[in-house]
Amino acid sequence: MANKAEMMTGADIFINSLLAEGIEHIFGYPGGVVLHIYDAMFKQNKLQHILARHEQGAVHAADGYARSTGKPGVALVTSGPGMTNAVTGIATAYLDSIPLVVITGQVPTALIGNDAFQEVDSVGISRPCTKHNFLVKDVKDLATTIKKAFYIATTGRPGPVVIDIPKDVTADRAIFDYPESITMRSYEPITVGDMGQIKQAAEMILGAKRPIIYTGGGIISGNSSQYLTELTKLLNYPVTQTLMGLGTYPATDRQFIGMLGMHGTYEANMAMHECDVLIAIGARFDDRITGELEKFCPYAKIVHMDIDPASISKNVKVDIPVIGSVEHTLQDLTKIIKEGDKRPDSDAISTWWKQIEEWRAKNCLNYDRDSELIKPQAVLEKLYELTEGDAFVATDVGQHQMFTAQFYKFDQPRRLITSGGLGTMGFGLPAAVGIQMAHPGETVVCVTGEGSIQMCIQELSTCKQFDLPIKIINLNNRYLGMVRQWQELFYDRRYSHTYMEALPDFMKLADSYGHVGIKVEKPADVEAALKEGLALKDRLVFMDFIIDQGEMVYPMVAAGKGHHEMLSREGELA
Amino acid sequence: MRHTISILLENEAGALSQVAGLFAARGYNIESLTVAPTEDDSMSRMTIVTRGSDSIIEQITKQLDKLVDVIKLTDLTEGVHIERELIMVKVNVSEAESEVKRLVDIFRGRIIDVGDGTYTIEMTGTGDKLDAFLKEIGSDLIVEVVRSGVLGIARGGDSLSM
Repeated sequence: MANKAEMMTGADIFINSLLAEGIEHIFGYPGGVVLHIYDAMFKQNKLQHILARHEQGAVHAADGYARSTGKPGVALVTSGPGMTNAVTGIATAYLDSIPLVVITGQVPTALIGNDAFQEVDSVGISRPCTKHNFLVKDVKDLATTIKKAFYIATTGRPGPVVIDIPKDVTADRAIFDYPESITMRSYEPITVGDMGQIKQAAEMILGAKRPIIYTGGGIISGNSSQYLTELTKLLNYPVTQTLMGLGTYPATDRQFIGMLGMHGTYEANMAMHECDVLIAIGARFDDRITGELEKFCPYAKIVHMDIDPASISKNVKVDIPVIGSVEHTLQDLTKIIKEGDKRPDSDAISTWWKQIEEWRAKNCLNYDRDSELIKPQAVLEKLYELTEGDAFVATDVGQHQMFTAQFYKFDQPRRLITSGGLGTMGFGLPAAVGIQMAHPGETVVCVTGEGSIQMCIQELSTCKQFDLPIKIINLNNRYLGMVRQWQELFYDRRYSHTYMEALPDFMKLADSYGHVGIKVEKPADVEAALKEGLALKDRLVFMDFIIDQGEMVYPMVAAGKGHHEMLSREGELA
Repeated sequence: MRHTISILLENEAGALSQVAGLFAARGYNIESLTVAPTEDDSMSRMTIVTRGSDSIIEQITKQLDKLVDVIKLTDLTEGVHIERELIMVKVNVSEAESEVKRLVDIFRGRIIDVGDGTYTIEMTGTGDKLDAFLKEIGSDLIVEVVRSGVLGIARGGDSLSM
């Protein structure tokens, strides 16, 4: 890193600021207005640049990097189309509260507002999908702005921050003096929850007869898996998680009753419906979780612990809110419970568990294991078995994503990398790029479908350039499966534009990008193919599983229904 | 219900559009919005008048507070407070000069400019008072109205300041 108080160009200040932040990888794509920055990048070797093949891919890769490490992801794109291509990636990170710093080049300050070549109002476009954004008009403000961006992105409820830097600012010179720390009078996230509220929460939690713990991505952002596990064990209460929360409590543990919500388990959703105390931690009562709000948890008092005050009582009125980082709140809560005299009502809890076990015995995730066609569930079960539950699994969006959540048992946080909030098809492969860059030597899998994979297929080229041995599991049903599922259930099987005709030959495609392709058409070949693919440690392997076209994701809470009104293959579950 | 929310925000480019954008993106109503720098020119003071149920107002204040450029805010409606609005009205007085003068007197306004058959009247007060004045003048005589939007401040010693 450069010496402090040295005069340098904005481009060098930019590089040195990132290095001062401890950034080692930056995902990006060059263009006219970021040429000075790319030139400065060329002259150094500490910051590694990963060239994506599309700006959306660059931002998703930075996102996968951030999700799998807990460190902020950094992406760099040019102005105009570079910026607009990045928007999907930025919005994806925003909806899932992922810390990203995205630097967009801008036309020179003198041209701003003139409809210059490759000019867009980046600050205006990104405003609704960033936690905050900046336009740097003076090179003297550059280092401080970068410091602020990382501070805002990584603290409180994390999120993406955009810094728009005009080209002239990267050429202008200033003294480089990166601030060690920063305080902002307008931004001071609350970290420690109110002790009085936590005591009230403890009281309500311990008084429960039919409790359930419901947790989300906040446990990951707050690095609080161990505290969640400790509290859950201490209480012997059932725990359910959102898609974003999977892995923060071991899925193989008895107290884990599966994911909840639209494609959650019967036992989790019934327990939600019947519970008398709902303990929500780092979750935001999204509509895919709650189902019909009027039917949501009708008997429950609700405790909600979250770092974001605006998440409290946004969709569902809560009885006891605790605002603060879940890391602090969970530790304080556990301490209060341990030190107090009151214990959970073990008789009531044991009766409650009996009820939950009855629901669990329905085996709601069961599927036809004797089918002559490959079932996507079987592929995922086998993948789980062969990777011993230890892979990083990125997904795209659709049926395969839900099957992954249901059938790959995540015992560790930051292993399932998926676009939950925005539901971005095309996320999986570039996210896997970021994950593999952060975790060389680890098994990184991208579970996808033939619809999603084609949305960012160009990143296969990035994988070749950087020798990323990602394992792609393409669950190929020749349909946009999730949309087709809704058409089948709610549109009288009018499969409007969901059949994928003219698919590429994925074997040839993989080959042309310099990768290995394996096509699997029979259930009997699934295991051998997976073994073969996973064994090729230094190659990207594109495994194309030709699966049952008609398979659907069950169980399901349809739109307008409550948690207790789930559908299974055989009809309504009860 | 109608709420008057007072905000201190960083006097930064883009801060106003963050607030306005939030209202648009989340579908909240704005009845009026006024903003200007304070005695400390690094900060602006904004007064927003909005309408919504208690839960919507709660969300509005929380979402506003979440904006990085918002330093502090208060819902003035929660306590006793004073609201004022300024209007300037251009009125055709060619056939009603004395009547207009009488109304300006009654409503304690001031005539601040005289033109060719017109008076320009300045008046401050609550929105109700200004509405009543405009009604009395009548739309036939009104040439042009410009309203400042509502300014609000808490009564007594309470203040929204750093």
